[in-house]
Amino acid sequence: MAKQVKQLDRVIIRFAGDSGDGMQLTGDRFTHETAAFGNDLSTLPNFPAEIRAPAGTLPGVSSFQLHFADHDILTPGDAPDVLVAMNPAALRANTKDLAAGATIIVDTHDFTARNLTRAGYTANPLEDGSLDKFSLHSVDLTALTVEAIKDFGLTRKDAGRTKNMFALGLLSWLYGRPVESTEAYLTKRFASKPDIRDANLAAFRAGWNFGETTEGFAVSYEVKPAPMRAGTYRNITGNLALSYGLVAASVRSRLPLFLGAYPITPASDILHELSKHKRFGVVTFQAEDEIAGIGAALGASFGGSLGVTTTSGPGIALKSETIGLAVSLELPLIVVDVQRGGPSTGLPTKTEQSDLLQAMFGRNGEAPVAIVAPQSPGDCFDAAVEAARIAVTYRTPVMLLSDGYLANGSEPWQLPDLDTLPTIDPCFATAANHETEVGDREFWPYKRDPETLARPWAIPGTPDLEHRVGGLEKADGHGNISYDPTNHDLMVRTRQAKIDRIADSIGPLEVDDPSGQARLLVLGWGSTYGPIGAACRRLRRHGLDVAQAHLRHLNPFPSNLGEVLRRYDRVVVPEMNLGQLGLLLRAKYLVDVIGYNQVRGLPFTATELEAVFTTTIEELHR
Amino acid sequence: MTTNLPTPGLRDVPTAETPMTRKDFASDQEVRWCPGCGDYIILAAVQGFLPTLGLRKENIVFVSGIGCSSRFPYYLETYGMHSIHGRAPAIATGLATARPDLSVWVVTGDGDALSIGGNHLIHALRRNVNLTILLFNNRIYGLTKGQYSPTSEPGKITKSTPMGSVDRPFNPVSLALGAEATFVARTLDSDRAHLTEVLQAAASHRGTSLVEIYQNCPIFNDGAFDVLKDKEQAEARLVRLEHGKPVRIGEREWIHDAHADDPSRAFEISRLDDGTMAHVPIGIFRQVERPTYDDQVRSQLTAAASTQGEGDLDALIAGSDTWTVSHAPS
Repeated sequence: MAKQVKQLDRVIIRFAGDSGDGMQLTGDRFTHETAAFGNDLSTLPNFPAEIRAPAGTLPGVSSFQLHFADHDILTPGDAPDVLVAMNPAALRANTKDLAAGATIIVDTHDFTARNLTRAGYTANPLEDGSLDKFSLHSVDLTALTVEAIKDFGLTRKDAGRTKNMFALGLLSWLYGRPVESTEAYLTKRFASKPDIRDANLAAFRAGWNFGETTEGFAVSYEVKPAPMRAGTYRNITGNLALSYGLVAASVRSRLPLFLGAYPITPASDILHELSKHKRFGVVTFQAEDEIAGIGAALGASFGGSLGVTTTSGPGIALKSETIGLAVSLELPLIVVDVQRGGPSTGLPTKTEQSDLLQAMFGRNGEAPVAIVAPQSPGDCFDAAVEAARIAVTYRTPVMLLSDGYLANGSEPWQLPDLDTLPTIDPCFATAANHETEVGDREFWPYKRDPETLARPWAIPGTPDLEHRVGGLEKADGHGNISYDPTNHDLMVRTRQAKIDRIADSIGPLEVDDPSGQARLLVLGWGSTYGPIGAACRRLRRHGLDVAQAHLRHLNPFPSNLGEVLRRYDRVVVPEMNLGQLGLLLRAKYLVDVIGYNQVRGLPFTATELEAVFTTTIEELHR
Repeated sequence: MTTNLPTPGLRDVPTAETPMTRKDFASDQEVRWCPGCGDYIILAAVQGFLPTLGLRKENIVFVSGIGCSSRFPYYLETYGMHSIHGRAPAIATGLATARPDLSVWVVTGDGDALSIGGNHLIHALRRNVNLTILLFNNRIYGLTKGQYSPTSEPGKITKSTPMGSVDRPFNPVSLALGAEATFVARTLDSDRAHLTEVLQAAASHRGTSLVEIYQNCPIFNDGAFDVLKDKEQAEARLVRLEHGKPVRIGEREWIHDAHADDPSRAFEISRLDDGTMAHVPIGIFRQVERPTYDDQVRSQLTAAASTQGEGDLDALIAGSDTWTVSHAPS
């Protein structure tokens, strides 16, 4: 009997289990199926810092949330409509987040008295009525999986490990996902282990068939593809897009890419990714520490490479002295900070935006650097190219501030037309640039371009341009060591002026104010773009006027920012910190911006921002 | 001097078309070390020795850290970087890996290399990056005006140790051999012929060469090595190492083998100095061939390009899972 198919416009699913249950893989495969189907989507992986926390405990729960829709969406969603929980701990950790009436699919296999206690339950929630407000499907997924693959000769333990594929098959049926990409993936992934491969394929198909045949699931759902701009798309995470952006900048500038890095969560995937692209001439140097990572990158920049270092907040702290040296040497350098919860070791796998002031000021002396931030996973590509453009054009370190949410979150990404990427011209110095009073031609390493204030970049191997650079103060122009007070004042101001000049090369801040009637401006930066945008859309659907703007450049700010801020009666700045951008805006523009600040290690929800913005507008009209 | 150099360490560095002199390597900067500093003699030796390499001077780079010795690059008419405290080996590693056509030198001191930069030093040595590291050891902090260093003798009275240092010093040669460095030597600032000979061998070596140079600081640690410079005592105290030549200390005699794969013997020789300078080996302790880090990195790039073809950016960013939307939204 054909089952009923119900139309939905969007769904939020969360897969949750032990950190060893393969929930990230399950979510990733469902994402690929969904991307292939043509929905718009946004994902939020959430996992503990421990590789394998004790099984069955709350700290060990790993989850993957996916929001997909038949229309353009901006966030991984607030409250899941569906929870797949593989054990009691996964159920307990996630129930409070669910939407009213949500569907819960539970693997009952591990609901023993011992495991319930370990998860903190005093009674079995599947039986005590505490989940009555949800649509509960209690299924022994493990037993069904083991039964389905009993012919493959796997140990009970190995057989049980394929239960995530059974769950994936069931969900794939429930939402009409195309299965080809998962079957191809499993075939390739386990090519060298035919029995494991066949068991996983069988578990996946058994999950699908279970959905189709069991009476427990009377309805399946359809979420139609989302209309998107014509073009070719793929699904991409922020760390991957950022890696590709760096390779593209290298190709575009014809500068070999040199990455010096020390492994650190959540930035390591950039090191892993770039290490695969040696055919592009990309060198990856896994250094002995954070300091050596940036040191080697700066040495490579001195030699004419596109030097890059990647890290997270604690690594920036260690690299600070070398960033200062790069400011003094005035060499191109890209410093990628994939921010995570701090201070100190903080929350390694959770997201935060609390390194803005560290990026801005975290060095001795007056040591300004350019700061660029991406706003979505796919946007990490463009932000990386922009960071390279600024670094190379202005001979300066550039801080690229991603975060844990962008790094691991994913979205469909329209492949860019590479011919439209900005020009990045290293414009190496090849000849003397100064004539002395007696008519001798000399090379002056600190004689600047009058427009950009950038100094010439003469790389070793260039005849007659031999020169010495260093961290000591240099005389304007010829660059020899100088302790002259007036010269130092001039050089400090010139280095600042050079960074300020970057604003001439970036467009004005654009404000999205569809009605032109808004009195409230919401200004954000970085990964908050999604939830802020989603909240603004909701307000507008309710007939409220709200303006939204988002900063790509945090230093220097776009030239029109002060004017934009003053145009609105109220400016709200949501940040996942205690008000760092707010502090900069107040200091620079004397505008009384209002912060909305949360540091929970998770992105804002559109719902909470909607409430904040609505209240603010109500106050304005009071 | 356009001859092809027989020196594997400088194999890929272009040679000069016309012979150069010491003057070609002197920059226009006034040298500002204290009068009588051993650094002057080392600078003169290096400026006199560099022309003999026959390299194009624009392909020579000196990188230093912080300290008196780290002012060295300013006085040489080559490319140079005076960097930050202890980090020169890391910076030079990036430069040497990115640029096989450069002769890369690190100038450092006992504080710079062994205290704040100790980690970078041992990792450069273990990786065997094609660099030559000149470690000026004066057994004192000079630029910060006279604190004890990680090579100062136990009990040393300094500004920061009024009752004597209770730190045990490093023996830089032992440390380098412990990191299995492929080229380790020691020489003296006062013996220009020996210094030049060791520098020549170090530059020729492909891999990380560490040359410890005993250097006198006339202000804060004057005479630290006088017993090795005094004509009457020196020959009895100095143990001259030359590969394949006999070495004799009292009754003991052996043939020095700097090419032994196992560094244990060289390490044992490095321990001959028990701190009293009764027996101080100088010369090349160890000189062995081992693939360099930078050569291997570059050969992986070449291998990847030849087996997979040059990179295609469009193909890279598209990956294997794309879909196409052919019509604009309604």
